[in-house]
Order: sequence, then C-alpha cells, then structure tokens
Amino acid sequence: MLDMFVVMLAIPLVSGALLTVFGERAWAPNLNIIASGGTFLAAALLTVEIVTHGPRFAFGEQFFIDSLNIFFVTLTAFVGLTTSIFSGPYMKNEAAHGRLTIPRLRLYKSMYQLFMFTMLTALTTNNLGILWVAMEAATLTTVLLVSLYRTPASLEAAWKYFILCGVGIAQALFGTILLYFAAERVLGETGNALLWTYLVNAKAFLDPNIMALSFIFLLVGYGTKVGLAPLHNWLPDAHAEGPTPVSAVLSGLLLNVALYAILRCKVLADGAIDGNFAGNLMMGFGLFTLLLAAFFLSRQKDVKRMFAYSSIEHMGLITFAFGMGGAVANFAGLLHMTMHSLTKSAIFFAVGHATQKTGTQMMEDIRGLIRINPLIGWGLMLGTLAILGMPPFGVFASEFMILTHAMKYHPWATPVLLLALGVAFAAIFGKVQPMVFGETEAKRLPHAPAITPVFLHLAIVLMLGLYIPPYLTRWFQEAARMLG
Amino acid sequence: MSTALPLYAQLINLFAAVILLLAFAMLAQRRVLLLIDLFALQGFTLFLSTLVVAVKTGQHHLYWSAGLTLLLKVLLLPWILHRLVRKLQIKGEVEPLINIPTTMLVGIGLVIIAFNVALPISQLSHTITRGTLGIALAVVMLAFLMMITRKKAITQVVGFLSMENGLFLAATSATYGMPMVVELGIALDVLVGAIILGVFFFQIRDQFDSLDIHHMERLKDN
Repeated sequence: MLDMFVVMLAIPLVSGALLTVFGERAWAPNLNIIASGGTFLAAALLTVEIVTHGPRFAFGEQFFIDSLNIFFVTLTAFVGLTTSIFSGPYMKNEAAHGRLTIPRLRLYKSMYQLFMFTMLTALTTNNLGILWVAMEAATLTTVLLVSLYRTPASLEAAWKYFILCGVGIAQALFGTILLYFAAERVLGETGNALLWTYLVNAKAFLDPNIMALSFIFLLVGYGTKVGLAPLHNWLPDAHAEGPTPVSAVLSGLLLNVALYAILRCKVLADGAIDGNFAGNLMMGFGLFTLLLAAFFLSRQKDVKRMFAYSSIEHMGLITFAFGMGGAVANFAGLLHMTMHSLTKSAIFFAVGHATQKTGTQMMEDIRGLIRINPLIGWGLMLGTLAILGMPPFGVFASEFMILTHAMKYHPWATPVLLLALGVAFAAIFGKVQPMVFGETEAKRLPHAPAITPVFLHLAIVLMLGLYIPPYLTRWFQEAARMLG
Repeated sequence: MSTALPLYAQLINLFAAVILLLAFAMLAQRRVLLLIDLFALQGFTLFLSTLVVAVKTGQHHLYWSAGLTLLLKVLLLPWILHRLVRKLQIKGEVEPLINIPTTMLVGIGLVIIAFNVALPISQLSHTITRGTLGIALAVVMLAFLMMITRKKAITQVVGFLSMENGLFLAATSATYGMPMVVELGIALDVLVGAIILGVFFFQIRDQFDSLDIHHMERLKDN
C-alpha cells in the first residue's frame, strides 16, 4: 500500500524540483496549487490513519508521527493549500504591475514548495538534529522570498532575517549539542541519542544541569524564529517587505513549527529538571513578548508590519500558555495556535488584495475597502475582529481559556495579560476601522482576487468558536496530555 | 587535572587553544582577505582536532566530518569568499563600529563568561576533551561579537561561519561528534547558506553600490 507519509513529503520535494525547471511555463501556478492540494490530501489521509491506528514510525525510526505533530501537519498542509490558491491571482497581479518578473515568479513557486517540504520534515522528524537542519533549511528557502522584490528595503529585511535567524538557529544547535551530550551519557554513543522517542523514555535520567542550559539555548534559538522578544526584530521587516503569500506562511506556519520545536524540547526538559523551570522561562519570555508587541502595535504605519507585530503578540500569548502547562493551558495553547494560524493567514490574504488595490501598504492611504470590494473589506474587518478575540470567533474561546487559567493559577500575570490585550485591541481596531469604512477612489485589478481562502479560514474559525467537534476535542486533549 | 595528560588529549587541547587564538586574531584583523585566510586556518585547525579525536576513538563518522570540514571550511567556502571579494571589488579595509582594543577587551570578558558557564558541564564530561567545551562556547561568543561590531556584510558572514566552527568544536570535543545524518545535514545547510549569501551579495551590491550594511538601516519602528 502507498505510504501516505512518504507521499506527503515527496509531493512538495518533487514539485519544488519540477517548478525550479519548468516554473516559467503557463501551467506552473496550477502545478503549485495541485501539489499543495495533493500534500493536503496525503496529510488528511495520514491523519485518518494515525487517528485510527495510533502513532507510527517511518524510515526506520527517523520519523515519528503521533497525535501532537499530526495536528500541526494537517494545519500546515491546509494553510499551505489555501495560501497557494490565494497566491495564484495575487502573484499574477504583482507581475502585471511590473513588480515581479517571470524568473522571480519561478523562484517563488519552487521555493514555496521546498519551504512546505522543510516545514513538514521539521514537524514529523523524530531526530532532534534533523529538526534543527529542517528549521535552518526553512530559513534558507524563505530568505530569497523575502527579498523577492529586490527593493532596498526588502534586501535589508532579508539580510536581517538571515543574520538574526542564523544567529538564533546557531544557539539552537548549541542547545541540541548539549542535549545530545546529556543524552549520550544515558543512552550511549549510538545514533539513538537524538531520537525523541528514546529521549522521552530516558528523560528522568538526563542530567538536570545540562538540560537546563540546553533548554535555555534551545528556547532562545528557536524562540528567535517564533518571534519571541528581544530577538523578534526580523519578523516585522520580513513580513512587511516580502510578498504577501510569504507573510501569510511565515505567520501561519513557520512561527508555529518553531514553537512546536520548543514544545518537544520542553517535554524533555520538564522530565529532567525538578520544578517548573522550563515553564517559568517560557512564561517570562511569553509575557515580555506579549507586552512589548502590544505597545509597538500602536506605533505602526504599515499594515503588514502592524499585523506582523500582532503575530508576535499572539506568539507571546501562546508561549505563556504552554509555559503554564497542564492539560487546560496546553489545550488552550494548541487551540490558539490553530486559530491564530487560520485567522492571521486570512487577514494577510485580505490585506494582500487590499494593498494591491490601493497600491500602498501605508494604512493612512488605504481607505474605504468596503466600497472598492465589499468582500475584501468585510474579510479584513471580520478577520480583525476575530484576531482581536471577539466572540463568537474561536480566538475568543482560546484566549478566554488562557485568561481564566492564568487567573486561577498565576494571578500576578492577569493584569499584564489584560493590559496587553486591551492595548492591542485599541491599536488594531482603531487603525483597521477607517481602512475599511473610509472614503476612497477605487481601481480595478487585472486578475480577480481569490476571496475563497479568506472566508474559508474565517468560517472555520467561526465554527470552532461556536462548536468544536468531539473528535477534534479528543485530538486536542490527547496532544495536550502529551505535553504534560 | 593531572600533569601527565596523554598525547592526544594534549593535542586536542592545543588545537582548541589555537582555534580560540584565531578567533581573537579574526576579531583584530582589519583586512578582509586576511580575515578570510584566518577563517580558513581556523577551519584547518578544526579539521586537525577532529582528526585526532577520530583516530583516538576510531569512530568512522568522525573521519567523514573531518573530511567535510576540510572540504567545506578550508577549501570551498574560503575560495567562494575570496572570489566574491575580488568580483565585488570590496575595499580592503573593514571598518569596525567599535575600535579594536575595546572589542578585544569585551572579547576577554566574554571568554571568562563562557568558561564559567561551561565549567559545571565540563566536570560531568567523561570524554578526554572535556576542557574544550568552554573554549567552544568562547569561540561562538567571539564570533557573535565580530558579527555585531563589523559594518561590512562579508565580515558578518565570516563571523557567522566562525560561529559554526565553534559549534562544531563543541560537538566533537564534548560528545565525539553528532550522529552522521545530522552532521551531513548541518554541512548541507552551511553550504546552501553560503551559496544563497553569494547570490545575496550581488543583489545588495546592485541596490546599494556597496556592501556596507550601514546603508541598510531604513527599516525602523518610528
């Protein structure tokens, strides 16, 4: 029987290679969508397999799929598919406006598929070394996408992205080396000492001193990619200067996958170290990030930059939730990651079309979206309300859970959380409202924008806010339990 | 530590010390081409130290990593960097943001911190080369210092690669090398990263007519 796991990894790899060669053909954008669709289909089938038959290995023991990562895999493949649908007309419009040439579109499509490959590899690998390699490869595939427009600002953003994430990922490698060093003393000098399934069984025997140091390096290192302060500087620049589909996948996928890497390491650190060392660190970093991002939000003039800061804010909140730990907080964290991924990419889709229509990213120059294109206007408005945590959208449910859990177990953090969320609300809503409802002169785009992904995402977020199907709840609970 | 260390342990400690010295030399170096040569020399020392560990422990994959180090960090990357410098006609001098004596003093402070951080861990190590963990961490920190105190894009890259040398030293000295598949992956990432940077340099130069990252300070939150 065809192994869906192999299919899922092979499709983006092969189509990435194909698009490198044939990316300038007329059918290339369709191949990009078909490949993403195939990846999603394979991921969905794999999910069914895991849900019915339980966790499994692949390629010996190098890859491992359980209820925690299959959940991220499905989400990643889904957002990958909708972003590729969105990027079809979007990139054609960019080319029609003369901002991109045909060879750069080819680069975009092939790198997009390779990026998906690195994300899925990072999520499914059992080897913490391979996880590192895949995370670094994810930076490498996206760095040329951030500089796709070749403007001075985009080059600067890409350079910052490369150097900051390079330094961050180097810290993570040092953390991985230390982890291996600790593991090797327990598991011996076999190749198994970096395999997560082995490590999780031996976690109680790992040396706490080394694990503490290792976790600090891993948190700071992968945290750079999550966008945790103080190493978050690359994120707003990369989101603002890169093409919008890239902003959508960076926010929707890369940040999640980096956080997933931290979570895997946290499980090991928790097992080795007495007390809530890893959790406290994550709570501190998360809260600091949340607060910093909330106050930077009000100062933004560029719409993509503002929503990039909103991503940093939400990542801070999620990190805080996982830092609290326990079944409820982990559940809330996972739910919030899902909601944030879907909502934020929907917002970037809407923002992308809006900036294309108005020809600017400056918020003061974008006005009256509701008249230019009611669907884009409503998409942006609803997306904004959703990300700000308005009921009945799903973000409300997860934020509410995080807040109540914090009130119960960490009451000192509640004022900070409420302050940050309040400031963020005022900043974002005050800026988006005139963008949607103000006065404007409109112009038509040569290619009709793809609206479906925006509303598809928002519909799911709305549905999950009102009703979470029981199988999904079980799945979330299972994953939350694995995180301890 | 007793005075009668076996020869291979002495050799490894010697090479680690040389790598640290070279990190300082790179920090003090003003000329771009010489900086690249120093980087190649650091890579070569790393190759020698990995080779000694490989011979001593008889682990096959360490020969592979030693070979990869020689190929990538001593031959290929310095060659690419040399070509870039000549093709892009970068001026010989690198202008540091802070003057060199101050940088060196900060560097010494970093080494002391690194040794203190690594001390409790080194004591746990059962490998002969445990003392080198502190040195490895110091090399990483010095490379980091070089990246933040230099203005030219190419010096930042050399700093980045030198940081990778430090990490590699940590991997071989503290643990006798990571599993083969991981080392291959890391080497691949470094290589692809260097190639992408090469592409990137041309893009930067076309836009700014210079590789001075001073021009790249427009993106700010105001």
